[in-house]
Amino acid sequence: MAKFDLNDSSVVVIVGSGAGGGTLGNELAQKGVKVVILEAGPRIENHDFINDEWESFSQLAWTDARTTSGTWRVARDFSGLPAWIVKAVGGSTVHWAGASLRFDEHEFKVKSTYGNIPGANLLDWPVTLAEMEPWYAKAENKMGVTRTNGIPGLPGNNNFKVLEAGARKLGYKTVHTGNMAINSQPRDGRGSCQQIGFCFQGCKSGAKWSTLYTEIPKGEATGNLEVRPGSMVVKIEHNASGKVTGVVYADEQGAMQRQRARIVAVAGNSIESPRLLLNSASTMFPDGLANSSGQVGRNYMRHMTGSVYAVFEKSVHMYRGTTMAGIIRDEAANNPKRGFVGGYEMETLSIGLPFMAAFLNPGAWGRSFTSALDGYPRMAGMWLVGEDMPQETNRITLDPVVKDKFGQPVASVHFDDHPNDVAMRAHAYKQGAAVYDAVGATVTYPTPPYPSTHNLGTNRMSEKPRDGVVNKFGQSHDIKNLFVSDGSQFTSGAACNPTLTIVALAIRQADYIAEAMQKKEI
Amino acid sequence: MREIDRRSKHSRRVFIKGAAAAVPVAAVATSVGVSIDNAWAEETSALSPSTMKTLLKVARDIYPHDVLGDSYYITAIKPWDGKAAKDPAVKSLISDGIARLDQNARDRHKVPYVEVAWEADRVVLLKEIEQSAFFQKVRGDLVVSLYNQKEIWPRFGYEGSSAELGGYIDRGFADIDWLPKA
Repeated sequence: MAKFDLNDSSVVVIVGSGAGGGTLGNELAQKGVKVVILEAGPRIENHDFINDEWESFSQLAWTDARTTSGTWRVARDFSGLPAWIVKAVGGSTVHWAGASLRFDEHEFKVKSTYGNIPGANLLDWPVTLAEMEPWYAKAENKMGVTRTNGIPGLPGNNNFKVLEAGARKLGYKTVHTGNMAINSQPRDGRGSCQQIGFCFQGCKSGAKWSTLYTEIPKGEATGNLEVRPGSMVVKIEHNASGKVTGVVYADEQGAMQRQRARIVAVAGNSIESPRLLLNSASTMFPDGLANSSGQVGRNYMRHMTGSVYAVFEKSVHMYRGTTMAGIIRDEAANNPKRGFVGGYEMETLSIGLPFMAAFLNPGAWGRSFTSALDGYPRMAGMWLVGEDMPQETNRITLDPVVKDKFGQPVASVHFDDHPNDVAMRAHAYKQGAAVYDAVGATVTYPTPPYPSTHNLGTNRMSEKPRDGVVNKFGQSHDIKNLFVSDGSQFTSGAACNPTLTIVALAIRQADYIAEAMQKKEI
Repeated sequence: MREIDRRSKHSRRVFIKGAAAAVPVAAVATSVGVSIDNAWAEETSALSPSTMKTLLKVARDIYPHDVLGDSYYITAIKPWDGKAAKDPAVKSLISDGIARLDQNARDRHKVPYVEVAWEADRVVLLKEIEQSAFFQKVRGDLVVSLYNQKEIWPRFGYEGSSAELGGYIDRGFADIDWLPKA
């Protein structure tokens, strides 16, 4: 396994080891590029994952201090936990559900398609679906996505069967067990899904793709990749010519280290990535790195989300089996006649009794609440996930008061729903309930959004430097050897789950970086 | 479909563990035939027995599940005594909160909270203090300390950890049998 010197200025430093960072690290290592991944969290292998929601949360979740503001309910119910993401090697690919969907063509062209939506800071991506298709194909092959590359779909569990029956009764057409990066048959040295049911707690069998046990060990096997867990990057440094030269990070013992670098790629998820750029402000870049546009931290998106749980006369046991292997795609298209632009997906979802108590209706108590929980074994559930509007005022800033243990200001997350998000959610709740009513639900519960799992857009791609932070390859407009490699690059959020697109962009970015290095452009 | 046996296999063991581990004297009391139901609240270090008994009633009224005996609620609220012993601010939060609730009950019903006979009347009293730090803290703690007890999960038809049993691939992940044909 590689071990690079702190003063080795030929390495590419990647901050974060999730879908973006972990994939980029392996792809570069395969091409012979020397890479150091600095991961803030510990390395926890999959046999150590825990099938227990709160214990697993303590093991995996990013619980470092953050602050919140805005009218979103998360700020009231979970003021210190705006996002439910992972702090561990593998990042949020440890707890992701596995849903791997391509953007629709119009979702790369939202400004052209939706026009001027008041309050929305819409912009077309500098890339198109046609340009992304080969990269999507590579990502699907890498991750072993079902219903691509001849891989069969996963078998439907009880929760899916309820969703499917309701969807058919309503006349929905595109209903199946999803495009999932979860093995339905053994592939790539990993076994097939055992229907364990704790996808969000880390896949103990390894059937679900995660950079933790795919990209990272493969990259390490080349001898070109070193992963340093417990390494929290606090600052990116640059020289007088405005090129980045390396990073300062707290190592596992909390001691500050300086790793020199030829290139730095930031992939710490859409809250930490802009925070790092902002915390790296200097005399030359007083507003933070890569921020000449003022867009770093802005346009924070979290998807329009919500859930519908329904109770039936007879048992469902929704928690048995793959959590999110079930989808209705009929509402994903852009159909403004519904009263909003963009679309949404309806995906099976289950949480265990402990999380159901915490998230069904945060703060609620009394008989109406306990009656809902008494229905737990007869409950089916779906997640609603749709495109939300980027807004300049939804943003990550540095908290003026609260600091982390290294003295760095923590991220403050401000979010207000856009009227389009509200209209879409109302529609999605109604359709979700209708799916279950169609097969005899006795009661349905429109459940509010959980702390954000899809954090996007805070270092967005743009054709013109004045509109965004990075170009079509995730390279910052201002600093040629500084890249962004996670979902914060997203110019808009699309309806579907973001991971496949993050991976596709990372594979593409690796090609771009390797070529530019070879040509000595960076 | 494979249904779940709602009788918790751990019920008895947990009753002893839940009530007695927190109150060792209570276990002794049980062995000499004194009812554990009356003993659990007596040996407290910071909060008074009457405060603990009222807290139990409050917990039941916040998350009423008639299928659950008191032992689970006792397990859920018992740690407040230890926290109060360590932190005077917690002690006054709980003691003062219960005192206020009792005062409101006496003003309205001439009896302390635990003696207000109907749940609906007690819920009105809780509604009045819903925004208080006392209520928020007690409820916020209870939503984890009650529902995160593995022993109650079978009562709610939830099976918990499955990986060590091979997941559900051969244990009913797709055994639903009452749906109309899709």
